[in-house]
Order: sequence, then C-alpha cells, then structure tokens
Amino acid sequence: MNIEKKRKIESVIALTLSGFAATIGLFWLVYILSDVLIHGLGALHISLFFNDPAPAGAEGGGLRNAFVGQLMITFAATLMGVPVGILGGTFLAEYARGKKFARIISIISDIMVSVPSIVIGAFIYAMLVRPLHHFSGWAGAFALSIIMIPVVLRTTEDMLSLVPWTLREAAFALGAPYYKVIIQVVYRGAATGILTGVLLSIARVAGETAPLLFTSFNNNFFSTDMNRPIASLTVTIFQYAMGPYKSWHEQAWGAALVVTLFILVLTIAGRLILKWRYRR
Amino acid sequence: MSILRTCGKVCSLAISPKRKFPELIFLSLTAIASFSVIFFIIGIIIVLFKESSLAIGKFGIVDFLTSTVWNPVTGVFGAATTIYGTFVTTALALLFAIPTALGIAIFVTEIAPNFLKGPIGIAIELLAAIPSIIYGMWGLFTLAPIMSRYIEPALQNTFGKLPFLSVLFKGTPMGVDLLTASVILAIMIIPFTASIARDSFNLTPSVVKESAYAIGATQWEVVKNVVLPYSKLGVFGGVALSLGRALGETMAVAFVLGNNHKIATSLFDAASTITVTLANEFTEADSDLYLSSLYYLALVLFVMSFVILAISKFFLLKAERKYSR
Repeated sequence: MNIEKKRKIESVIALTLSGFAATIGLFWLVYILSDVLIHGLGALHISLFFNDPAPAGAEGGGLRNAFVGQLMITFAATLMGVPVGILGGTFLAEYARGKKFARIISIISDIMVSVPSIVIGAFIYAMLVRPLHHFSGWAGAFALSIIMIPVVLRTTEDMLSLVPWTLREAAFALGAPYYKVIIQVVYRGAATGILTGVLLSIARVAGETAPLLFTSFNNNFFSTDMNRPIASLTVTIFQYAMGPYKSWHEQAWGAALVVTLFILVLTIAGRLILKWRYRR
Repeated sequence: MSILRTCGKVCSLAISPKRKFPELIFLSLTAIASFSVIFFIIGIIIVLFKESSLAIGKFGIVDFLTSTVWNPVTGVFGAATTIYGTFVTTALALLFAIPTALGIAIFVTEIAPNFLKGPIGIAIELLAAIPSIIYGMWGLFTLAPIMSRYIEPALQNTFGKLPFLSVLFKGTPMGVDLLTASVILAIMIIPFTASIARDSFNLTPSVVKESAYAIGATQWEVVKNVVLPYSKLGVFGGVALSLGRALGETMAVAFVLGNNHKIATSLFDAASTITVTLANEFTEADSDLYLSSLYYLALVLFVMSFVILAISKFFLLKAERKYSR
C-alpha cells in the first residue's frame, strides 16, 4: 500500500470516529430531552399547578406551593442581583475602563460564575440562616443573587464596551456629565445586550438546587412568607425523586419539564435577541 | 482613546460643583456594586475559615485530608473518602467527555455541511443551559436501571475475568455507583466543553488551513497538525473550566452516588463526593464539630475549584491574547 492511500484511509477513519463521537454525544442529549418531555407531559395536569401537595404517599395533589415559591425566590433574586450586576458592569466598562483592578475584578467575576454553588449555599447558611435560627426564602434569594451578580456584571461590561466611543464623545460635546451620558446614551445603545444578560442569568439561577438546599429549605405547605422556609421546584424535584412514592416521581417529572421549558425559552429568547441586534 | 478620556475628565472638571454631586453618587454606586464581587469572594473565604476553625483545630490539615474515617456518631471526621470520590468521578467524567466533546467540535467545525453547523451549535448551547438537577433526575430514573440491567453486567462479563482489571468490576451492579455518576457528569459537561472547543477551533484562520490543504494534507492531517496545535491553549482552558465545573457539581451526582463514605475500588461501588456529602448531611449535622467538619470540606472544595478555575482562566486569557494579535 502506498503512503498516499494510507494517509487517506487514516483520515477517513479519524473523521468517522469524530463523527461517531458527535453522534454519541448528541444521542444522549436528545435522549434526556425527549425522556423529560415524554414523562413530563404525562404528569402535566391542571391540578399540578393549582393544588397543594397531598399527604405523603396519597394520590393527587399538586405543586402550587413550589411553583409560587420558585417564582418568588427567583423574582427576589433578580431584583437584588440585576441592579448590582448592571451597576458593577458599568463601573468596569466606564469609570474604570482599562484600569488594572477593573481587569482583576472582571477575571474574578468569571471565576465566580463557575464556583460550586453549594459553597455559596453554605456561605449564606452561616450568614443568614444560623444567626436567625431558621431557614428563609430571603436567604435562598440572596444565595441566588450572589450567583447572578457576576453573570450580569460580565455581560453588562462586554455590552457597554461594544458601544462606540464616538457616541459618548458626541454627548460629552453637548456638555453632558458622564453619569448622564451613561444613563441616557450608553445604556440605550446597550439595552438589548444587557437584557440578554439578564435573561440568561435568570435562566442560570432558575435551575439551581444546591444553594437552596440549606437556605430556603423546603415547605410542604403553601406559603408566601419570605421570612419562613419556602418550597421551590428544584428542591421539590430532589425530594420527590429520591422519595419512595410513584405519585411523587410523576410530579417530579412534571416539575422537571416545567423548569426545563422555562430555562430553554429564556435561553432561546436571549440568543434570538442577540442575533437580531448584533448580526446586522 | 486616552485623549478622549482626558477630554471627559476636563469636561467634568469644567462643570459646576452642584452638577458634580450626582456624578459622584453614581460613580460610588457603580464602584460599590463592582467591588461587591470581591467582597463576596473574600467573605466566602473568611466565613468558610471561621466556620471550619473548630474542625481545623481538632483534626489538623494533613490528618483531615488523609483520614478515611467519617463517623458522625463518634465525632471523628476525615476527608479522604470524599476527596477520593470527587477525584474519581471527575477524572472518569473527563475521560468520557473530552474525546466526545472534541469529536463534536471537530465534526461541527470541519466535517458537517454548512446547513448543519448552525443547528448543531445551537443544540449544544441549549443543552449546556439545562440545569444539573434534570441530568441527575434522568440519571436516577432512566440511566441507572439501564446501567444495572444491561451495561454493567456486560462489562462485568467481559472485563471481570481479566487479571488486575477485575477489581474494577467487582460487586453487584446496582446502578447507583461511581460509574453511573461519572457517565452522567460526563454527559453534563460534554456540551459545555464542546462549545468552548468549537469556539477555539473556529479561531484558526482559514488561510492557514487552506495552505495546508494546498500542499496536499488530508482533512484529518489539517485537524491534527494545524487546527489542534493552533487552538490548544483555548482547548486546555476549556477542559480546565469543565474540570472546575465537574468538581463542584452537586445535583447531577447526588441522585446516583449513594453517599457512601469509603474508598471504593470497584466502579460498581457506591461512594461520596464533597458536594454530595454537603447536600445530604448539612441540614442533619447535630453537633458543632460535625457542622464545622462539613464547612472544612466546603473550604477544601472551594480552594480546589478556585485554583483550577484560575488556571483555566489563565489559559483562556493567554489564548485570547494570542488570537487577538
């Protein structure tokens, strides 16, 4: 066999292998999604959204408490995390642009994005749960907002950097002070980008379980009191899936489907907005 | 740009003090917000140290890290079993995930026809967004039964008879074990690793690839000798980032690892990782020493993942600098 032929065969084999790897990888991922979809659709009844949990092991009941709790925790986390993230990103991209410490903060934020979320739960437990002697919805929301801040901060920084300097110059030339330039000119130019960052950060924390385990804990009863333990979908999924009852497993699949769809919709919306705004 | 910035400064100097006040407020607001990140990192380190000081004082550093005893009843705690579990699941997961992820990245950038590139890329990114608890739950209900019924007995029958290797495949295949947990972890980090690798591959200038083709290189030779060397910094960074993520992953492994504190030699043994121990035992810790030991574990995990993430960031920054030239 001559060398050319050998090289060609080698190439075909290697590329087939990589195509094969790709197929395996994508196969598992499609499998997971379709499994969640099939099992989840079977469990989606109206009662899942509007009933409170039945006593353990009994048929029926729903997860109204967990849906409401999840929304409240996520909403509170967004209210706390997003403004801090946007303002922080503004400082890095505007007032501290090009400074060394701005660079360090943005690197540390990048690291913070991937820090184990369960450690953040432990941190909040020591700060907010043990001193007050009880779990609370606020503690869960704080934990999530700490995860959110670096995500929003980094996207805001990147998006503000994309706004051309000439725009700021034009505003300076009209005599506007820097804060007005930022709020009225730069924010407007970067609004869609920042919105994407916010959507993606909500998607990120909506599926977080580990930091909620020992902050907002869980609650089998309907509660809207953020000062008490409050149920969340993700912790409920963990509890129900590990539990012994069939009806619990079914409801866990239903909840899993809702969480997955919510996150996928947010992610797709974020991507579409980015594409629509920055492709041109 | 520096000229413009001085202009900005001069302009803001020229305005009256009365108008400067809101400027100062906005400046300090944004400064505080951005320093909150530093505050949180330092806060986490201080809190973890403070909370674990009891256990650090009692067990020391080397003894804690090397002791395999984890006994809440007698109040003796050592981290070796959980650190071992963390390392084994992460290492196995990377072993499964890296070749697959690189395969996907090569497929998407070099082989796939153009009309497939977009959709596969989007699919990968969406899959990276699915929360880990979904992977974990799927692992418990779907993968674990498949593993215990088909895959693990098959592995046992083929490799279980070989010398040396047989120790890895001992025991009853239950599906709740190291192997299943690593496979789920691998499936979870594949999209993440693949999308970083793809981005790095895409940065290879097509001129360089075309010159390789022009001197008669095959497609695989272009990938192996041009694309991979060119993008290796980015790929290293991406792998390190996945490693950091896998180390700290809780929910994907919590369902199928069994929280068993022992040094498991077989892939079919239940085990425990730092994160799984924290998730299962944190709210049940009844003594101060127990809780303090759990915080000690959290501190170990935090330090490990922080170092690895910092290394990955170093590689990615280096890669970025190289490509931007």
